[in-house]
Amino acid sequence: MSTRLATGGRLVNKAHAMEFAFNGKRLKGFEGDTLASALLANDQMLVGRSFKYHRPRGIVASGGEEPNGLVNMGRGETFEPNQRVTTTELFDGLEATSQNHWPSLEFDVGAVNAKLSRFLPAGFYYKMFIHPRPLWKHVYEPFIRQSAGLGKAPKDKDGDKYEHLYAFFDVVVIGGGVAGLMAARAAGASGAKVLLMEQTAVWGGRTPVDGPLYDATVNDGPVDKFVDELLAELGEMSNVTMRLRMMGAGVYDHGYLLGYERVNDHKPKAKGPRHRLWRIRAGRIVTATGAIERPLSFAGNDVPGVMLASAVRDYVVNYGVSVGDRTVVVTNNDDAYLTALALKAAGLDVPAIIDARAAGAGALAEKAKAAGIRVETGKGIASVKGGKRVTGVGICAQAGEGAVTEEIACDAVAMSGGWSPVVHLWSHCGGKLLWDETQAMFRPDPEKAPTGAAGEAFVSTAGTASGEMELGAVLADAEDAGRAAAKAVGKTPKKAEKPKAEGVQSNVIQPIWMMPQGANVKLRMKSWLDYQNDVKVSDVQLAAREGYESVEHAKRYTTLGMATDQGKLSNINGLAILSDALNQPIPQTGTTTFRPPYTPISMASIAGEARGEIFQPLRKTPMHDWHEANGAYWEPVGHWRRPYTFRQSPGEEIGAAVKREINQTRGSLGLLDASTLGKLIVKGPDAGRFLDMLYTNMMSTLKPGRCRYGLMCNENGFLMDDGVVARLDEDTFLCHTTTGGADSIHAHMEEWLQTEWWDWKVYVANVTEQYAQIGVVGPNARKTLEKLTDADLSAEALPFMAWQDIEFGDVKARVFRISFSGELSYEIAVPASQGRAFWDQLLEAGKEFGVMPYGTEALHVMRAEKGFIMIGDETDGTVIPQDLGMDWAISKKKDDYIGKRAQQRSHMADPERWQLVGLQTVDGSVLPDGAYCVAEGDNANGQRNVQGRVTSTYYSPTLDRGIAMGLVKHGPDRMGEVIEFAKVDGTTVPTKIVSAVFYDPEGEKQNV
Amino acid sequence: MSKAVSALQGAVYQGYVEVREVGLVGMITLRGDLSSAKMKKAVKDACGVDLPGQREIAVAGDKGAAWMSPDELLLMVPYEGVGDALAAIEAALSGEHFLAVNVSDARAVFQVQGKAAREIIAKLCPVDMAPGAFEPGMIRRTRMAQIAAAFWMVDAETIRVVCFRSVAEYAFNLLKDAAEPGGETGLFA
Repeated sequence: MSTRLATGGRLVNKAHAMEFAFNGKRLKGFEGDTLASALLANDQMLVGRSFKYHRPRGIVASGGEEPNGLVNMGRGETFEPNQRVTTTELFDGLEATSQNHWPSLEFDVGAVNAKLSRFLPAGFYYKMFIHPRPLWKHVYEPFIRQSAGLGKAPKDKDGDKYEHLYAFFDVVVIGGGVAGLMAARAAGASGAKVLLMEQTAVWGGRTPVDGPLYDATVNDGPVDKFVDELLAELGEMSNVTMRLRMMGAGVYDHGYLLGYERVNDHKPKAKGPRHRLWRIRAGRIVTATGAIERPLSFAGNDVPGVMLASAVRDYVVNYGVSVGDRTVVVTNNDDAYLTALALKAAGLDVPAIIDARAAGAGALAEKAKAAGIRVETGKGIASVKGGKRVTGVGICAQAGEGAVTEEIACDAVAMSGGWSPVVHLWSHCGGKLLWDETQAMFRPDPEKAPTGAAGEAFVSTAGTASGEMELGAVLADAEDAGRAAAKAVGKTPKKAEKPKAEGVQSNVIQPIWMMPQGANVKLRMKSWLDYQNDVKVSDVQLAAREGYESVEHAKRYTTLGMATDQGKLSNINGLAILSDALNQPIPQTGTTTFRPPYTPISMASIAGEARGEIFQPLRKTPMHDWHEANGAYWEPVGHWRRPYTFRQSPGEEIGAAVKREINQTRGSLGLLDASTLGKLIVKGPDAGRFLDMLYTNMMSTLKPGRCRYGLMCNENGFLMDDGVVARLDEDTFLCHTTTGGADSIHAHMEEWLQTEWWDWKVYVANVTEQYAQIGVVGPNARKTLEKLTDADLSAEALPFMAWQDIEFGDVKARVFRISFSGELSYEIAVPASQGRAFWDQLLEAGKEFGVMPYGTEALHVMRAEKGFIMIGDETDGTVIPQDLGMDWAISKKKDDYIGKRAQQRSHMADPERWQLVGLQTVDGSVLPDGAYCVAEGDNANGQRNVQGRVTSTYYSPTLDRGIAMGLVKHGPDRMGEVIEFAKVDGTTVPTKIVSAVFYDPEGEKQNV
Repeated sequence: MSKAVSALQGAVYQGYVEVREVGLVGMITLRGDLSSAKMKKAVKDACGVDLPGQREIAVAGDKGAAWMSPDELLLMVPYEGVGDALAAIEAALSGEHFLAVNVSDARAVFQVQGKAAREIIAKLCPVDMAPGAFEPGMIRRTRMAQIAAAFWMVDAETIRVVCFRSVAEYAFNLLKDAAEPGGETGLFA
């Protein structure tokens, strides 16, 4: 059993006990524990079930590489699945539950899959579920969704807070082990601005655990003293920023780097953000990310109790937790001997070290033997006994096929297959790797670093991450890396003596990819490569036999290296097996691509502050609050909110409210908040010439004081915006755009001025938000305004399509006599700061006329009754003005305008193009929006032929019937003809082609 | 009376820094040839300051001029003084090709004040806010979370932020969220 030892545990504070719960069971741990160490201290070795076969799974590692220990954390608004127990710091009141089992962790029905494992080989899903198709949807998929998968998605809104932070440094060092500390010190001493980050809660990395076990000293002192000295020195440097609990998540182009800081994960009740995503620009990035130990591939290597040797000693040394009373150590390198020594020192039993190498270890072997440990060389593990927990191992000759020569009773196995440098961050942005034959590892190729814009390397590695395995070499490499980084950012590194490191020497590793070397298929089917995805040696070999030669293909086919751990333990072992099966050297197989993030980061940290009321900017007009308080039923228009209609009581139907607003406006007086319309000032001696190019019609002939409606096309001739242009003076125009076009048309103008007509004297300014703009609309509009000003508002003084500056008391306004409703109408622009006050005045003045504000729907209906087009309804990016019968707005006199040439292309000039007409159903009903007009016969795809479509359709309260506009083939030539529009139920609606102007065709109402 | 009011009418939030809507500020967008002598005179006449260089702001009392682009400045004067300032510009630049337009009511102005003011901006804007990298006299036009914004430092602990009026509430809530106690980063401490 695993338990807490009476002594030891350099990271735990036994004076501070903490309570937590796992699957509802109350357990005890200490401050400084990870959830993993606390679970092991309570003999909770079994933590989950595997993905595919639902095999019992225990903790394997002690860090971010852990594939098995994934739990649900918290509940309700703090619930989060797939949290690694090894990287979760214990806190008082922590609640965790295991995942992927039913009905319970101890007894899981899905484990029957394991019995069927012979029938669930690699690529099984691909092979089985292709045919017959309907079975996939109704049988297989629901079954797989039920049985596969890790944690459950949260159901509640996340109750925590998250934020971003933009930071800029000369040098960023990732990893707070001795290499990272050294590199940061070297860079910091040069005066460079340095950030040093460490993903765990403690500095020092592996050295304080491993150093004493192999009698390491630095400058003749113990390693932990050296670490303390480095930390003290760094603490003195004001140019060095240090952060614990912060992971280098991803490296991107141009020195962009994501740092994932877990601010409050370990103190969930604290105020402030839970996670902070640092968005860093670094002059130079140094990865001091260390290495990850590899498992060995022997049968039963997934039985709970089989762990990485380094993890076993981490639990003993750091947390005072023994994984088992009797631990067999199995290895192909010297490092695992440290585990045996650590266990022995803690008073635990190590029945044997099984070393696959014939020559065994160096000085450490002697130390082990001196400690009374039996060392077997040239041996391997043939099988592991036990189901939910190791009970023993069968020993065999490594060179053989797995005949068991001896069984050793034990309750834990510590395995080491060697070390793989953590090259992820190096590789994210293109750093290449080379295969180190001697050390059996992929390590960064310093000649092929990720490069910046000028071809310079911007990432380098330090220490074990470079592939250095001896302490002295690690420190020297890190010092060099720190100095080189400082130099690369223009600093002068200080000369410093390299620390003198000593310790026992190691014998060379022997790559062991399969144990025993000649393992038969029965053993290979139980030798796990990927614990999380249930991929075994036999699966990778099968994939190779079936032709999956590319490592990327083999990954997808077998699922090796997928899911939350992304193969941190399995990748190298898997590709070694693949290489062997393909009979090619490992470097020829290569690795799969390393992509950010290094380990999963919270989705919420990516969103940062963008949630709740600041999820998105919401643009508000100066009258927004009045609308809100007066029954506005909102419609999103870009980031604006505009009232669709105003409900006079909460119970009023939307349609009824729209009808009421239209009738009131046409009959007497309505108000429209038109502040969102784009307003662009175009000024300069060439302004007229410029607008002649931008609009299809002539603007340069417009007289000051007058307004003209214009159309704007893009270079392809398609209509993209429309609006009224007012000439303010000889040199100055005010261009109104659609609400959505304000920014894009401004950009469009700037682009042409800056790239094509840079020598034209024109300046543009966007004054959209300077003004609150209010439409005063209806037969009583003039009478209302006359109450607020002495200015002459008569048709003679201010005729239709004219504008004037007029003062309404202390409000200086610009009044445009333009109409989008067909009624007598004034659009009045006032400073935004006085917008609400002026709105209130208009409401007061209009009271006697029953004034009502109206929303965007009434606006739409009234413009449709008049046959006015709407950008985005009648246009969709493929419509030209000629399609809309707007040839009148296209100047014949101008040599050119943007879109003119395009409109002359044969397809644009084709008389077969659908043309705008009015549509009136025979029965008076409202046509469905977007409905197609059917024609005879079918097309090549067996679909009914069409000859037109609806672009706008409304119920018209004015006419008390449905009205619509649409594009119909030869439409204008077919007036009076009845055509059929399809409904979704398959029937059609007989509809008459009519003029698009349904109301006041002579324009008598607006021109009074 | 139709008193002119700013978007948030002086809203204040006291977090680990103070966030305050400053109220109405007179602002003029001025475009033209920034190298011309007449332009220099126009800026001096309107705001009493020298024409600012690239990414700089010149401030004198309640007036100032900020560099916006190679051919654009933002002039700041008291809200009531815009008419006079525009007249001074028109006079100084008569005969030149330029554009001067009142944008006072199109903006919202905030002040972030406190020892940690720098990091509040660093949470929202992709700008190096470290002492030395950003100091009084500089201005940045940039992005604040999802909106356009510009800011400059009044002094070591005071930053002014300008954005469009329609998003004033979003901007205030952003700054407020960033300034909530517990969010201290200590980055520039």
